[in-house]
Amino acid sequence: MKVHVQFTLNGEPAEFLAEPRQTLLECLRDNLNLTGTKEGCGDGNCGSCSVLLDGQLVTSCLVLGVETQGQRVDTVEGIAKGSTLHPIQKAFIDHAALQCGICTPGFLMATKALLDHEPNPTEPQIRLWLANNLCRCTGYDKIVRAVQAAAAEMRA
Amino acid sequence: MSTTTYHLIGTRPPRHDGADKVTGRALYGADLKLAGTLHGAILRSPHAHARIVSIDTKAASQHPACRAVVTAEDFPETPDRIVDLGEGDTPLSYIRGNMLARRKTLYQGHAVAAVAATSPQAAAEIAALIQVVYEPLPCVLTAPAAMAKGAPLLHGDLRCTEFGQPTTEASNVADHFRQVMGDSEKGFAEADVIVEREFTTSTVHQGYIEPHTATALWNNDGRLLIWCSTQGSFVVRDTVACMLDLPVSRVRVTPMEIGGGFGGKVPVYVEPVAALLSKKSGQPVKITMTRREVLEGSGPTPGSFIRVKIGAKQDGTLVAAQAYLAYEAGAYPGAMVAPAATCVFAAYDIANQTIDGYDVVVNKPSTAPYRAPGATNAAFATETVLDEIAEKLKLDPLALRLKNASKEGTRRADGAKFRRIGCVEVLETMKAHPHYTAPLGEPSHAEAKRGRGVAVGFWMNAGLPSSCTLNVHADGSVGLIEGSTDIGGSRTSIAMMAAEVLGLQADDMRPSVVDTDTIGYTGVTGGSRTTFATGWAAYEAAQDVVKQMKERAAKLWKVDEVHFADGVFSAGEHRLSFKELAARVGEVGAPVVGRASINAKGPGGSFAGAIVDVEVDVETGKTSILRFTCVQDAGKAIHPSYVEGQMQGGSVQGIGWALNEEYFMSPEGRMMNASFLDYRMPTALDVPMIDTAIVEVPNPVHPYGVRGVGEANIVSPPAAIANAIHAATGCRMRHLPMNPPSVLAAIQQC
Repeated sequence: MKVHVQFTLNGEPAEFLAEPRQTLLECLRDNLNLTGTKEGCGDGNCGSCSVLLDGQLVTSCLVLGVETQGQRVDTVEGIAKGSTLHPIQKAFIDHAALQCGICTPGFLMATKALLDHEPNPTEPQIRLWLANNLCRCTGYDKIVRAVQAAAAEMRA
Repeated sequence: MSTTTYHLIGTRPPRHDGADKVTGRALYGADLKLAGTLHGAILRSPHAHARIVSIDTKAASQHPACRAVVTAEDFPETPDRIVDLGEGDTPLSYIRGNMLARRKTLYQGHAVAAVAATSPQAAAEIAALIQVVYEPLPCVLTAPAAMAKGAPLLHGDLRCTEFGQPTTEASNVADHFRQVMGDSEKGFAEADVIVEREFTTSTVHQGYIEPHTATALWNNDGRLLIWCSTQGSFVVRDTVACMLDLPVSRVRVTPMEIGGGFGGKVPVYVEPVAALLSKKSGQPVKITMTRREVLEGSGPTPGSFIRVKIGAKQDGTLVAAQAYLAYEAGAYPGAMVAPAATCVFAAYDIANQTIDGYDVVVNKPSTAPYRAPGATNAAFATETVLDEIAEKLKLDPLALRLKNASKEGTRRADGAKFRRIGCVEVLETMKAHPHYTAPLGEPSHAEAKRGRGVAVGFWMNAGLPSSCTLNVHADGSVGLIEGSTDIGGSRTSIAMMAAEVLGLQADDMRPSVVDTDTIGYTGVTGGSRTTFATGWAAYEAAQDVVKQMKERAAKLWKVDEVHFADGVFSAGEHRLSFKELAARVGEVGAPVVGRASINAKGPGGSFAGAIVDVEVDVETGKTSILRFTCVQDAGKAIHPSYVEGQMQGGSVQGIGWALNEEYFMSPEGRMMNASFLDYRMPTALDVPMIDTAIVEVPNPVHPYGVRGVGEANIVSPPAAIANAIHAATGCRMRHLPMNPPSVLAAIQQC
């Protein structure tokens, strides 16, 4: 028996039919065709599937789709304003903060959640906040620098 | 050092796939959705070693959501033969056997059967309905155990090759080779100091974040179409064709964007299984591994047992070296021990060497390459023994290395003589780096001790074939078609090399990585070869474009000779920029399409070194990385940001290998930590900024002097960290990983 879920997706009203056992990650990717959110582990340990649920950073593989009824979900597809990249997206490109790019959507969402509540984070704050997101390519150096640059740009 | 000036090479333009990858639009393997796609699931062995008594697929087949079931019996009945699919000569039966087990399972996680169903959940449920009766057998999990007399044998038909000659002895040792140079016995007799130590390293995984995934469609025209996450689309094509007994022309492989590989996505795992399921079901079938399947069922890199003995004169001259390298291949031969032998003493000019290598099968997943495969284990041994020699001789560890460093003309024990290399320059850069002489700072608490360590590592890199096509458009932009999976920005660095020839900017280029029908044969993205070899092909294709453009200009201007420099074509008074001429090509001839295919030789090899400061909590054994500097010879850094990225990424993988990562195996051969929670890779919180210093000793054979930079950077970190732990605590570390229990044990013993 599928459940009719109505919620706000990237600022727009949206709906989908979910099997109760489906995760939010599956609902986004399979039911709503938003494949920008990635699955790296399926058990909440890599952060690739990070999205914002009512503004809170969550791993969407650990949230059931039906739990988002009436809630607000923000994904990587909703960060850019039309054809203009968000300063975080631009900083990740300019600072070469991605190599293979599979973890990038999760890092972008985690960074957005961080900068939404802490516009001027220190390096240890950035590292602590991003410790839920695994990147195997970059060694994190350029990611941390991109976050610092994006924060400076957004404060300006 | 490099002195040529370039307009584009050495700059840092944004990558061509940047916008797609920060907006979620880039399509990775799991993002592909063909109409009517079924979902595959693989049933895997719960036993590390077992005889398959029977497989009953009846209940699974009768499930209403089931569309196909396959086992090893579904592979074509072709006789076994030796094939080379890019990783050396291998019996076809081993390649097929790793895909779906026949008669025996050789590791926990070994694929036994697979199903296709209408949803991923249904597929998992149906796979569990397959009844397999196993007869468990005793297992062996380490090289020394597998080499012991009376050890359980994995393969009844495996005979050891001893010094290149086949023997009749059934064994878990697939190969024992020896490399000899000079007379090491005589060398050791002349030594004033000899240090001989034994080392063990655990199995570790590449840890790419994207699980293996493939979609296969056995089309109604008889062609097999595959979309997958791979480091080499042509290797997938050739392997699948070989396993399914098809001509390569019947298979088309489209490489999707790839979420990391590090060597682990060179082998093929799910593609042939998805193909068999598609053939049976008549629909496209997608198989995506879970993280547990990736850890248990794909190829990690070998654990090893190593003994290294080095002798030195009082003045620090190294006179003899001996290595015993026993590497765990996992279930099937191929432990990458030959490259380990190449690298173990490569950084040093030592006249007398003896190196023994053993390729040993054990009941763990069949191993795959991992960034400089084999070299990191070996360097852990060599570089810590050298540190001990430096300590005994009261020499600066970098001075000892510099005194003996390999240079042009130095011969390795494998017989190869180095051409121009940057070993000395890397060591000199390390010595001059401010980090090497900076104060360590006060420990953060009473139980903490600080120390600094150094080490250097080598990887020889690969050449192999690459192809490139350039299409000149009327607006002066150029479409660049190539076949190298782009894992870290390579399509941009390759495009930069063509644009440099053409006098264009990076954003004038439109690079695409395409399927195996659309581009000439191109080797894997591996062996640090992509920027070197495919970039070289792009350079040659651009030369072809210039030649054709000159012909068009000559026709246009009715002259015999046209010059091209700095992006401008000229003849007498005539001048046209590349873009201006591109707009007029149609007036005088056919469209300009440049092509090149090369079999790149002379990759040159790259040296990389690490300087690391650690703080060891002697109460808990925890080691923290305080400061880390990676120095590497890039030959020429095409896009310095991506070179730095390789150095930083390799360094942090090396830190993970050094301090945390390992397969915890139960005595029965079960992996006890098959998740990212328990297989703990470094997070942003575990590491500091990774400083980089790019050394540029041009590779003489490459048009821009490029050496691949993808791998050598992982080789030295574990040894450098071990040496830093010794500097902090006075204790020598001889096992990887150096996690808190093993550091505490070392502190208690030393």
